[in-house]
Amino acid sequence: MSNADVVVTGLGATTPLGGDVESTWDGLLAGRSGVARLDEDWVERFDLPVKIAARLAVEPSEVLPRVEARRLDRSEQVAMIAARQAWQDAGFGDGNADDVDPERLGVVVGTGIGGATTLLNMDDLLETSGLRKVSPLTVPMLMPNGPAAYVGLELKARAGVHAPVSACASGAEAIAMAWRMLRTGEADVVVAGGAEACIAAITMAGFAQSRTMSTRNDDPVAASRPWDVERDGFVLGEGAGIVVLERAEYAKARGARIYASLAGIGTSADSYHITAPDPEGTGQARAMAAALRTGDIDPARVGHVNAHATSTPVGDVTETVAVRKAIGEHPVLTAPKSALGHLLGAAGAVESVSTVLSLYHGLIPPTQNLNEIDPGVSHDIVTGEPRKVDLDVAINDSFGFGGHNVSLAFAAV
Amino acid sequence: MADKQLTEQDIVAGLAEIVEEVAGVAQDEVTKEKSFVDDLDIDSLSMVEIAVQAEDKFGVKIPDDELANLKTVGDAVAYVANNS
Repeated sequence: MSNADVVVTGLGATTPLGGDVESTWDGLLAGRSGVARLDEDWVERFDLPVKIAARLAVEPSEVLPRVEARRLDRSEQVAMIAARQAWQDAGFGDGNADDVDPERLGVVVGTGIGGATTLLNMDDLLETSGLRKVSPLTVPMLMPNGPAAYVGLELKARAGVHAPVSACASGAEAIAMAWRMLRTGEADVVVAGGAEACIAAITMAGFAQSRTMSTRNDDPVAASRPWDVERDGFVLGEGAGIVVLERAEYAKARGARIYASLAGIGTSADSYHITAPDPEGTGQARAMAAALRTGDIDPARVGHVNAHATSTPVGDVTETVAVRKAIGEHPVLTAPKSALGHLLGAAGAVESVSTVLSLYHGLIPPTQNLNEIDPGVSHDIVTGEPRKVDLDVAINDSFGFGGHNVSLAFAAV
Repeated sequence: MADKQLTEQDIVAGLAEIVEEVAGVAQDEVTKEKSFVDDLDIDSLSMVEIAVQAEDKFGVKIPDDELANLKTVGDAVAYVANNS
């Protein structure tokens, strides 16, 4: 590891499996599911074809001080919770001289949808009660840079606060952007990740109308089944994942615990169709190849791909085609969305946490509900029990509506 | 609507409830000599919320140009007393 390398020193998450990293990781290893039937009245009122989702395991309002919770959109609430966990996990935040110079501290937190539920609630209030009842905090609650801005404000980050928006690739793109900030010397420490909380009638209806969601309403825990022949779409989830990234030199100088390095990053665009991936997987393969190239990584070193695999009929197989092209047949795959559902703009960040822990602990969590593998898939996929492996490099893939592709190459240290 | 029998003490207590609800400031901190911005750390966005809730609670109108003059809790108490 050279001093210019980027390392991961802190992890934070709140997800459908648990309110922190430990409970989420335990849930992944144990094969628990975060998916359940929704009990909101609008599910029946609109007769939505999709009646299931992966709600947060711990309500943010139970964790945050009351006044803070009422000032933040739910997507901002989860970002704050995960960021505080990650900051503390990295050994910062105890107010001593070890805290970072604000002008050398950056924040990059993405979201796919942003404060959609605030927009809906405030529009309802405007219609029913008039202008006076619309909160003066409406705009800071609904703006998609809100999660990044509030985390930046909390940590007094002044090297730059950014909010990439690239649908389901947003969280991974944030981590890629943080890597660039560190490699170009713009910052010593960057807090990066993604946040999403947009489970509402209109988002459920919109995704359902695009025919991309599972309608396995009578068996929620079996609904998200990447690579299985009977998969019928993704399951919407909510949550946040945040990582603390540092220049290796900085982390070593302060004696930080290092989970892994972020050796390389790759981004690309399909520019093929607004929602469907290029079926040849060319754009996805270019992102993976770029992650290897920027990390100076021989494909043979990649033992594991933490896949994007959302449980849609088209996307899951395309990704394995891309893995074969860019890396080969040898990486062992897993699909955390089988347990977490699809956290959209938070997915790439939460799954990066999972990828980093796979490297750190030498354990790959299983893919759930994979009873009969799609004949188009030839890779070795972990099912049943977690797999013990000695990993050198592991890749996390994230792809978003709009044709955004991001691959992150993490390496053991 | 406003109760014509409102005492100064009632208004302070009513404002304190609103300030606690909106900004999380303990009710016993909300006393007449305190400045909303400098002492109670309330930002301009929260002041708008406090004004709307005070209008509902005390049956007064607080136009924006008047709101700008309400620097202290005492200013707000006097405004409510004179306009309800």
